[in-house]
Amino acid sequence: MGFIHVTDRQGTKHDLDAVEGWRVMEIIREHGLPIEAVCGGACECATCHVHVSPEWHEKLYPAREEEEDMLDELPVLSGTSRLSCQIIWSRELDGLELTLADSGGG
Amino acid sequence: MSGDVVSIENYTPQMKHSKECDVAIVGAGPVGLFAVFQAGLLGLKCILVDALDRPGGQCAELYPEKPIYDIPAYPVISGQELTDKLLEQIKPFDPEFLYSQQVAKLVKRTDGRFELTTSQGAVIRAHTVFIAAGAGSFVPRKPKIADIEAFEETSFFYAVRNREIFVDRNLVVFGGGDSALDWTLDLLPDVNSITLVHRRDKFRASPASVEAVRKAVAEDRLQLVFGQLDGLHGKSGNLEKITVKTNEGRLEAIKADRALAFFGLNIELGPIAKWGLNLDSKLIAVDTEKFETSTPGIFAIGDINWYPGKLKLILSGFHECALAAQAAFKIARPDEKLVFRYTTSSSDLHEKLGVA
Repeated sequence: MGFIHVTDRQGTKHDLDAVEGWRVMEIIREHGLPIEAVCGGACECATCHVHVSPEWHEKLYPAREEEEDMLDELPVLSGTSRLSCQIIWSRELDGLELTLADSGGG
Repeated sequence: MSGDVVSIENYTPQMKHSKECDVAIVGAGPVGLFAVFQAGLLGLKCILVDALDRPGGQCAELYPEKPIYDIPAYPVISGQELTDKLLEQIKPFDPEFLYSQQVAKLVKRTDGRFELTTSQGAVIRAHTVFIAAGAGSFVPRKPKIADIEAFEETSFFYAVRNREIFVDRNLVVFGGGDSALDWTLDLLPDVNSITLVHRRDKFRASPASVEAVRKAVAEDRLQLVFGQLDGLHGKSGNLEKITVKTNEGRLEAIKADRALAFFGLNIELGPIAKWGLNLDSKLIAVDTEKFETSTPGIFAIGDINWYPGKLKLILSGFHECALAAQAAFKIARPDEKLVFRYTTSSSDLHEKLGVA
């Protein structure tokens, strides 16, 4: 059992209980937060874009080329932009902090 | 309240050149395509409208090469193969496709039929409407930059419809895929200056295009900037300057009076939101007997509908097609009796399928 801390587009923080092996996108979607994730986790749409907090960003596995290719399609990125369908939650990510990007991927 | 927008009050007569059919299908994804088959077995003629320039919806646009494992009788099939197989299956019913357009307006006529007007001005008259629009229409992804609306379609564009407007201009192109590179190379000889802006020194485009871009940069015919759009500056929709935030964090001003942005596609529900249907979180509520919406004669099938227990699976959409088609028959052919038959044994169905 662990949590991720998600800030929504209105700035409200949500502590979401996480499930080992689930994609972070799936955890966010399961809790009913407005993440689009149109392609359902196939790394093909970039609509599950999140901004990871800097301290957590450096702890994540780096994005694979497939994820970088999709990030290329977003007009506005931060230095800590990731696609949440490409982050698999495990115990090491207990306390992961991130913010939802604008609708449509931002 | 249903029918607020779908009403006679909003009806503008468009008497000429309208296309007639039994079922107007909004969306040519897998579910829209299979609806043609189910309607066709009942002798109903279909016209499909899609925002993309080809059939297949998400299967064709998002994951044409990705394997799908949950289509009955296909242990594995790609999005493109599934699309191709469905097109083959519905061929006997000769559906009409209207691509690269959205249904902009939907009104109910006094004769009980629906009239659909597309963004390209095509008019369809149909006894019934099947909304098979998935998550919505694929549209160019637009940067969320202050005041961008003022510049859009005046000096800031998401596609090239008329290349003349770029001639002798100072152009900035955003993106790193094939569209961005192809248009950069195409317009290069005719512009006054051209700058390509991309977030990193890597392009997802054909090797020949990438090589041509690198050559143009080396010869100083093309400026290449690594960064992202920061702001648009100008008056009355006419661009004068674009600021780009470089990857080093600097703000760079580029003199520009034209811009083209290729940021891939986004999905928007679009005009459907204004049709007076019972919408919740971009989904349309339907019953599970006919998959009819709150407006009689308008059905919603596939990923766009919602009912208790709904699963967004292609196979669920296929089932919904069959039941909606039965209900559509009763509306389109009120005086005919519907007899349920199997394709294995019915000579009538064999004739319709062209296998008699």
